[in-house]
Amino acid sequence: MQVPAHFEYEKAASVSHALLLLARYGQDARILAGGHSLIPMMKLRLAQPEALVDINGLTDELRYLRVSGGELRIGALVTHAQLLESELVGQHFAILHDAEQVIADPIVRNWGTIGGSLCQADPSEDLSAAFAALKGSMVVQGRDGSRVVPAREFHTGPYETVVAPGELLTEIRLPIRTGAAGARHGSAYVKVARRVGDWPVGAAGAAIWLSGDTIADAGIGLAAVGARNFAAAPAEEFLRGAPASTQSLRRAGQLAAEHCQPVPDQRGPADYKRHLASELTVRALVTAMRRARTPAAGRP
Amino acid sequence: MQVNVTVNGTVFTREVEPRLLLIHFLRDELGLTGSHWGCDTSNCGACVVWLDDVPVKSCTVLTAMADGRRVRTVEDLDRGGQLDPVQQGFAECHGLQCGFCTPGMMMTARWLLDHNPDPSAEQVREAISGQVCRCTGYENIVRSVLWAAKHEGGGT
Amino acid sequence: MTGRTDVPPAGGGAYGPLRRKEDARFVRGKGHFVDDIALPGMLHGAILRSPVAHATIRSVDTAAALAHPKVAAVITGADLAERGLAWMPTISADVQAVLATDKVRFQGQEIAFVMATDRYAARDALELIDVDYEVLPAVADALLAMAPDAPVIRDDLPGKQDNHVFDWAAGDKAAADAAFAAADVVVAQDMLYPRSHPAPLETCGTVACYDPLDGRLTVWSTSQAPHAHRTLYALAAGLPEHKIRIISPDLGGGFGNKVPVYPGYLCAVVGSMITGKPVKWVEDRSENLMSTSFARDYHMHGEIAATRDGKILGLRASVLADHGAFNGTAQPTQYPAGFFHMFTGSYDMQAAHCTVTGVYTNKAPGGVAYSCSFRITEAVYLVERLVDLLARELDLDPAELRLRNLLRPDQFPYTCPTGWTYDSGDYPRALRLAMDIAGYDELRREQAVRRARGEYMGIGLSFFTEGVGAGPKSQMDILGLGLADGADLRVHPTGSVVLAISVQTQGQGHETTFAQIVASELGISVDDVEVVHGDTDRTPFGMGTYGSRSTPVSGAAAAVAARRVRERARIVAAAMLEVAADDLEWADGRWQVRGDPEQGRSFAQIAMAAHSGLELPAGVEGHLDASAVYNPPNLTFPFGAYICVTDVDPGTGEVRVRRFIAVDDCGVRINPMIVEGQVHRGLADGVGMALMQAIVFDAEGNCLGGSFMDYLLPTSMECPSFELGATVTPSPHHPIGAKGVGESATVGSPAAVVNSVMDALAPLGVRHADMPLTPASVWRAIQGRPLRTDLAAS
Ligand SMILES: Cc1cc2nc3c(=O)[nH]c(=O)nc-3n(C[C@H](O)[C@H](O)[C@H](O)COP(=O)(O)OP(=O)(O)OC[C@H]3O[C@@H](n4cnc5c(N)ncnc54)[C@H](O)[C@@H]3O)c2cc1C
Ligand code: FES
Ligand code: FES
Repeated sequence: MQVPAHFEYEKAASVSHALLLLARYGQDARILAGGHSLIPMMKLRLAQPEALVDINGLTDELRYLRVSGGELRIGALVTHAQLLESELVGQHFAILHDAEQVIADPIVRNWGTIGGSLCQADPSEDLSAAFAALKGSMVVQGRDGSRVVPAREFHTGPYETVVAPGELLTEIRLPIRTGAAGARHGSAYVKVARRVGDWPVGAAGAAIWLSGDTIADAGIGLAAVGARNFAAAPAEEFLRGAPASTQSLRRAGQLAAEHCQPVPDQRGPADYKRHLASELTVRALVTAMRRARTPAAGRP
Repeated sequence: MQVNVTVNGTVFTREVEPRLLLIHFLRDELGLTGSHWGCDTSNCGACVVWLDDVPVKSCTVLTAMADGRRVRTVEDLDRGGQLDPVQQGFAECHGLQCGFCTPGMMMTARWLLDHNPDPSAEQVREAISGQVCRCTGYENIVRSVLWAAKHEGGGT
Repeated sequence: MTGRTDVPPAGGGAYGPLRRKEDARFVRGKGHFVDDIALPGMLHGAILRSPVAHATIRSVDTAAALAHPKVAAVITGADLAERGLAWMPTISADVQAVLATDKVRFQGQEIAFVMATDRYAARDALELIDVDYEVLPAVADALLAMAPDAPVIRDDLPGKQDNHVFDWAAGDKAAADAAFAAADVVVAQDMLYPRSHPAPLETCGTVACYDPLDGRLTVWSTSQAPHAHRTLYALAAGLPEHKIRIISPDLGGGFGNKVPVYPGYLCAVVGSMITGKPVKWVEDRSENLMSTSFARDYHMHGEIAATRDGKILGLRASVLADHGAFNGTAQPTQYPAGFFHMFTGSYDMQAAHCTVTGVYTNKAPGGVAYSCSFRITEAVYLVERLVDLLARELDLDPAELRLRNLLRPDQFPYTCPTGWTYDSGDYPRALRLAMDIAGYDELRREQAVRRARGEYMGIGLSFFTEGVGAGPKSQMDILGLGLADGADLRVHPTGSVVLAISVQTQGQGHETTFAQIVASELGISVDDVEVVHGDTDRTPFGMGTYGSRSTPVSGAAAAVAARRVRERARIVAAAMLEVAADDLEWADGRWQVRGDPEQGRSFAQIAMAAHSGLELPAGVEGHLDASAVYNPPNLTFPFGAYICVTDVDPGTGEVRVRRFIAVDDCGVRINPMIVEGQVHRGLADGVGMALMQAIVFDAEGNCLGGSFMDYLLPTSMECPSFELGATVTPSPHHPIGAKGVGESATVGSPAAVVNSVMDALAPLGVRHADMPLTPASVWRAIQGRPLRTDLAAS
């Protein structure tokens, strides 16, 4: 029977209380959000924290979706299901609805949180790629205040983030750039999994801003294929200012693949993952571009 | 630690280890063995119950997290011996064989119908896609849920 | 959606799509499974398992675990050795370690058994056991197991110098070679049927309760074969068999996983004897996947010979069979490769020959499990892939090639080139019906249109013949126990009856179908039949439910017992009506006077009279009870035709199963609803096996499929809405004309999916790729660099 080892358990009454508890228990304390990554790891005893600080009660402070300051702000405790159901999200970021539809399964999505997903920092995590494509940022709070970290600097390695012991991820911010200089925006997420509900073998998210027939800007996020910071920066650079043509997108796919360092595992060998990096980048870009051109299609 | 969990309408106060998983609280502490356990990795859904009215894999939450909340299990589906349409549907359409996945499937189905009274077959498939059945090939589970949707009179 | 069927009216009065009796408890969450059992004072067992695949055990230190306040006892291999129980016999004339004493030979092998007052503590205590391993080189690749420098895994066997288990052959080699020499066309292919696992949703488990006062041992167990388990415990543990009671409560699926006796069961038994307390042990999922019966793992080379106009002449196969670290495959003793040699399948041909070599590897033991009909699964896959490859070689439509070669109805009973006598069949009718339901010609037209557009749609067929219902006792036994089954039928005075059977349901609905059999024979309501199963103290001896044998063997026993009851009822009815028994006929569910149907007695009336003071003719003692032991004269041979439609995305390698059409002929259908349910399950198995299910190992013998994260099972999203059809060709030798169906679709369907995907990829020149056809493996096949699907990807 796989069951967790012993630990101390504390319910946080507020964010500041959570930070206090984290400080009290030190290095070996962990935040408990939905628990859908942490508890399976604890059952298999791959994680053995000494204390858990349960933040599920902090819905007032951490569970919200709102637009403010030209950004979509997502509280860390928002669940996958809420992100999927939110019209506000769909209105601005079709990519997130695409991604949420293929993350885990409906029951897991009911309880798994966005903050937990990012902090778990699994190299195959889907939202990390989506947020990288959208060039979002994360708000990390400690007892001395909070800082804003660009999505692409959030992860420091597999299963590692900039969130230090004693800190909390509180919010994800996604810049809403529609309408800027007449640029039209579209985004999309594509994932290949061995089966519904499985983690990606490879996945790509794309956000594109069109100015006439030119690509004004693009964001490309990649999951599970060994992309630095979950992103394909060289491909984005190439696209900036490039003609909005299939050829450009194909070249971007090639560049994305070239800069990946895929690790073979049971989901697939390295050459296949590299191939997916290219193939899925192109597919995500194609859909994103189509959506940019036909804005109604951006709202699934 | 002490927890107060409302299970199927009754408040249970128990002293438990913080690490006790909800599925074991229900089965071993309360003797509610209708919910099952089938995997170590939150993939199978044999353990699905409702936590504060939302389906959850009860092997993936701590009893401590259910403290002060409501849990609903398969034992609460019928009403005074009167089967829920979902239960009837499963019996009517041969939606089960060994019956091991059935409680979890029915809890998800009940929730789906509460939120979408007239789902398509595709929506039913999507709703149960995080739950494994090794016996039915899902075909008759889908039919069972659609049967329940059709015969829903009042529901719960 | 159910397709067109042409099922004739049901055979017996109570046959038909009756709702299941057992569902009343299951839909209320009141099923009673092993892990639901809680006995006063019960201890919880947990097994310490080897983290490595091959190592010498230098020492096992349990002191710290024993010091845990909640731990009651710890058993090691050394403790078992003192009782002569460190090793147990397998079903295949080998031995298997219960708890390792000398070496560990696969990752996950059992080393120590901890008993504690709760399951969490038992798990904790495992971490307190200190084992000193000297790691040895491991062999996980069956193709390397016989290499001269391969480490010898079974050095426990006296004189063993290699990893060879057995060589076995069937058929006529000279005749097969001659057929090949005369052929215009020969097609050959290497193919792997990868290791898989039945993975019932409920894992294996047991509660053992030994009562030292009267020496009785009661074991609740996830057992598909409670009687066989009882005898095995008696033989292995030296316990008097009459003091052992095995109870199989509700089982959460089995599919072959719950046939063997596992080390955990024996540990719980010994644990209960040592502690004097009931001991529960329930596997977690990784234990289930990593240590209990796997299935398949056949590396096959197949060749098919034919004339240019598509007449199949012969078949040859050679197989390397990976049996893991102990030869624990479960099949009739006489057949080390199971029924693989039924590999000529459904086709008329002159000659065939196959050889099978079994090897040891550092992988979990087992071998026959998972609805495979004793390896007919592997055989069907081989021949159906070869027939498709032949069709491609000859540029013939695969349906047309099959129609040209399927056995004709007038050939039955048919003796195949390896000696099996098929009982009955109308194969072309089944295939044509499947093609009808599918709209085969239209599908081919659609495929042509799509191909022109650069889309990859596949249409795959498979046709299978199964042989189920082992067996004739004289030819088939397990450890000397012949594969016959008993049935006891007790008739109460008011005419309701209790049927006790020796087989055990794992979800197949025995409580309903067996009641239907008896009700039909006796003209009573199904509600008046109670079926008792799964308790060795309450049921007659029999070998259990696997190999689709319940209906062919136990169902026959039930029918025979009921007919005996009916004959007794006739004598009693004759006495009641004061006529000669010969003047009575059985009509409308009662005995009545020939020519005077008004004069008759219902079964209930007769039952009451049988218990009354009525004078009965000499030789009849009264009451109507009867029993039967059924020793089948032959297997039954169900068959079917499957068509699978897929769409393949060559850019990603993703496969979508769009449609799955299945026409099954299992003879007379007692409950068509339940039959369809069985077929649905097997079709899902086909989708799973073909597309995702495989237990993979790395070069060090680490099992990479030890959880549901990596041993993927199909969900509702991968399974299409199945379209079923049926034909009914009764078995001529079975009392009610029924054949088994529990494994048919698992056996027949994987080839249809693979054939479909290969058909889709034909324009890209792909001939073959091994299961599972994951996105990666499909893509690599398209690149011309197919993956080894049994080993870690690189
Ligand atoms: C069966 C299954 C399938 C899945 N499939 C996918 C998939 O396909 N794609 C995918 O991307 N994901 C997948 N997941 C992962 C799932 O999305 C995550 O488990 C979940 O969303 C994590 O959120 P949580 O709230 O449960 O995190 P938790 O498990 O509670 O926490 C995860 C980690 O983050 C830390 N943490 C949580 N919140 C915070 C915070 N606010 N500040 C600081 N640290 C924090 C915790 O301490 C812990 O270390 C799957 C999970 C399961 C169980
Ligand atoms: S037991 Fe498998 S998901 Fe909970
Ligand atoms: S009915 Fe057996 S697992 Fe679903």
